[in-house]
Amino acid sequence: MSGATLVEPASEKETAAVLQDVNATGRAVLPTGGGTKLDWGNPPRRADMMLSMRRQNRVIEHAWADLTVTVEAGCTIAELQRTLAEHGQRLAVDPLWPERATVGGVLSTNDSGSLRLAYGALRDLIIGVTLVLADGTIASSGGKVVKNVAGYDLPKLATGGMGTLGVITRAVFRLHPLPRNTRTLSIAVADKTEMQQIISAILGAQLTPAAVQARNGNVDILLEGTPDGIAAQESAIQAFGMVQEGSPAVWKAREDLWDGSAIVKFTTLPGRIAAASASFSRFVVQATGIGYAQYDGDFERLRAAMEQDGGSLVILGKTPYDAWGSPGNALPLMRAIKEQFDPKSTLNPGRFVGGI
Amino acid sequence: MTPRTLEELRGILGPHGLISSDEELQTYECDALTNFRVLPSAVVLPESTEQVQAVVRLCHRERIPFVARGSGTGLSGGALPVAGGIVIGLSRMKRILEVDLENARVVVEPGVINLDVTGRVASENFFYAPDPSSQSVCSIGGNVAENSGGAHCLKYGFTTTHVLGLEVVLPDGSLVHFGGKTLDMPGYDLAGVFVGSEGTLGIATKITLRIVKRPECVRTLLAAFPSTNEAGTAVSGIIAAGMLPAAIEMMDNLSIQAAEAAVHANYPDCGGLLLVELDGPIAEVDALMAQVGEICRQNGAWEVRVAQSEAERALVWKGRKAAFAAMGRISPNYIVQDGVIPRTSLPLILSEIDQLSAETGLRVANVFHAGDGNLHPLVLYDRRIPGQEQAAVRLSERILELCIEKGGSITGEHGVGEEKKHMMSKMFAEPDLDTMQRVRCAFDPLNLSNPTKVFPRTRLCGEKPGEYVPHPLEVAGVAERY
Repeated sequence: MSGATLVEPASEKETAAVLQDVNATGRAVLPTGGGTKLDWGNPPRRADMMLSMRRQNRVIEHAWADLTVTVEAGCTIAELQRTLAEHGQRLAVDPLWPERATVGGVLSTNDSGSLRLAYGALRDLIIGVTLVLADGTIASSGGKVVKNVAGYDLPKLATGGMGTLGVITRAVFRLHPLPRNTRTLSIAVADKTEMQQIISAILGAQLTPAAVQARNGNVDILLEGTPDGIAAQESAIQAFGMVQEGSPAVWKAREDLWDGSAIVKFTTLPGRIAAASASFSRFVVQATGIGYAQYDGDFERLRAAMEQDGGSLVILGKTPYDAWGSPGNALPLMRAIKEQFDPKSTLNPGRFVGGI
Repeated sequence: MTPRTLEELRGILGPHGLISSDEELQTYECDALTNFRVLPSAVVLPESTEQVQAVVRLCHRERIPFVARGSGTGLSGGALPVAGGIVIGLSRMKRILEVDLENARVVVEPGVINLDVTGRVASENFFYAPDPSSQSVCSIGGNVAENSGGAHCLKYGFTTTHVLGLEVVLPDGSLVHFGGKTLDMPGYDLAGVFVGSEGTLGIATKITLRIVKRPECVRTLLAAFPSTNEAGTAVSGIIAAGMLPAAIEMMDNLSIQAAEAAVHANYPDCGGLLLVELDGPIAEVDALMAQVGEICRQNGAWEVRVAQSEAERALVWKGRKAAFAAMGRISPNYIVQDGVIPRTSLPLILSEIDQLSAETGLRVANVFHAGDGNLHPLVLYDRRIPGQEQAAVRLSERILELCIEKGGSITGEHGVGEEKKHMMSKMFAEPDLDTMQRVRCAFDPLNLSNPTKVFPRTRLCGEKPGEYVPHPLEVAGVAERY
């Protein structure tokens, strides 16, 4: 953001002091982590300061025997995974650009990845969060245990909130063991109809793939587990098509879409993947019904069709259109929540849905 | 409740949808936590979203507090009525509206019984994963309010993991939709916030659930240990080996005795019983089950057996799920507690509970979801002995304090409700609770939807500038303005 000052607080308390001051003086703040997704969402109406979390990058506690980790927001995903791997564990997500993307940024933009099929999304893996609100309030919710229903689930509210309710300073996650063995399979498909048939067949069978994605001409399947379990699943999958050993690199195919083209994220039902991706020639779509594609056609018409079908179309990157589309009839309630958390619109003003 | 209000309610619901005689109202004076009782002014039994909306609009207009209620199986007093308020019972809204197997979605009304969702899709090899022990009677609406768990959340997650969309009547009577059948709808994750809010943010009238494909096989292993300590070490061993079982349950000797007396589950008589369930592809489960058995033996299990038939497996679970109710066989009264600790603190907290038990002379039976550190200590007492009930309450609260000290939680699945709201300030700092109440103020600025629950102090929300109208609770001195 040109003209915005860059501030890098070293602690939660410093973050609170900075925000309190900014809020009191009526300035606007754009929180940032690794800066990989600064152009996601609508351009903020104002941005007087960029608040970088990169100095708050410690893994505070890896309670490996309890399969949890407490980590500061500025830690990159890759650094976190390296620490967890020392005890054979991982945060079971595969977001974009893990070497640069931070915990706080990945949470705020809700970028889970293809492992969601087996392990759930960020919303399912985050068990605690600490937020600094615009007025400097430091608030924690959730906790350090996986099972916990005490109080409101603010970790979920912060996840995907684009930093509009508070600045995430730390998060607690439940972890999974690193898989003992993995195997990537790829099935070449002639067209989108066949692509859909194979995805539906895999989802309809009693198989437990860690991830399934379709991209141009291929369906990729990630298997994890014991050698016997993987072999048995592989032979079951052979009934669906011509199976070839795939490269682990195919799970980075989503990143390859970002070659300067305009990118959209679309959501659909698992059984409607072929129909929803009809307009795309370069795309990666996960079997959960979340897809990414290059698209420079008529956004508004495509969005209307997607929304008509119960899905959504979000533009990821600079665009003259509204990046989000319709948040539905709960928008007034979303605005009321924003009003309670950040009445002066100090945090990322205008970046989220409906001008929030 | 004025006669005019009652008449208006009757007009909305018809003659069979309104309960207002004291005698009939008594059915609704408590949920499954029976030591709190409040008689509501009226109970309404709507059959449609429109009726729920009409009732809530009336409540909003007249500033009448309301409490939604499902099957009334809650264990924290979440459905306890509010004096002078209305109970909105949702048990008549029990239609399964849509079954979409291709996309693994089911849309239900809130009164649908948990087990009936699985019942509806079982023939197609699907199931609904959250399985609280009360699943044969509890409702999906209640599960949503409490974010119910169950034995299998170690692998499959909680209610919140499986709720994708909600139709909600907000406390002002307006109808809104959160999430949907597809994932990641633009906007805040309001479904995520609503699930587990214990009825304080509005009333769900339609719920879109994710169902799960039944695994190729399910195997359940029973292992008998000399004590819960060895059983606990075995649990750590299983987790450390990189496995994620569908469930790991533990029972101590007192619980085993009670379950045996109640349902003859054929459990070995031991100091610590472990029940480990693995599911998935047969080849995977067979390989891992052999390892689980080995880990149990290495840690001192003197009997390890795998259920050999579906009937045997069902019996094993019947004993576990009956454990709470079975306490009636060995004690006239008991408190069911629900706390969570990091799993590694299990041996420590068990010895502390033993010590508390010895000091007070009260027996404590222990049933755990051991895989995720969720304890269900059952404090046994006799109400007829003066002072014993108070001692039992103190003991069970002391256990929760021990959970907090270990970095755990005061509730893993039963909710805060009425019972534990005073414990919230021990677990959270004031700014934490204030921030949660900001959410509440956005949903329910007049504080009408299940007020007085969850938070230790009800805080009223600042309204827009204008004429100051004191809230009835404020006038009565039970709440302060926020």
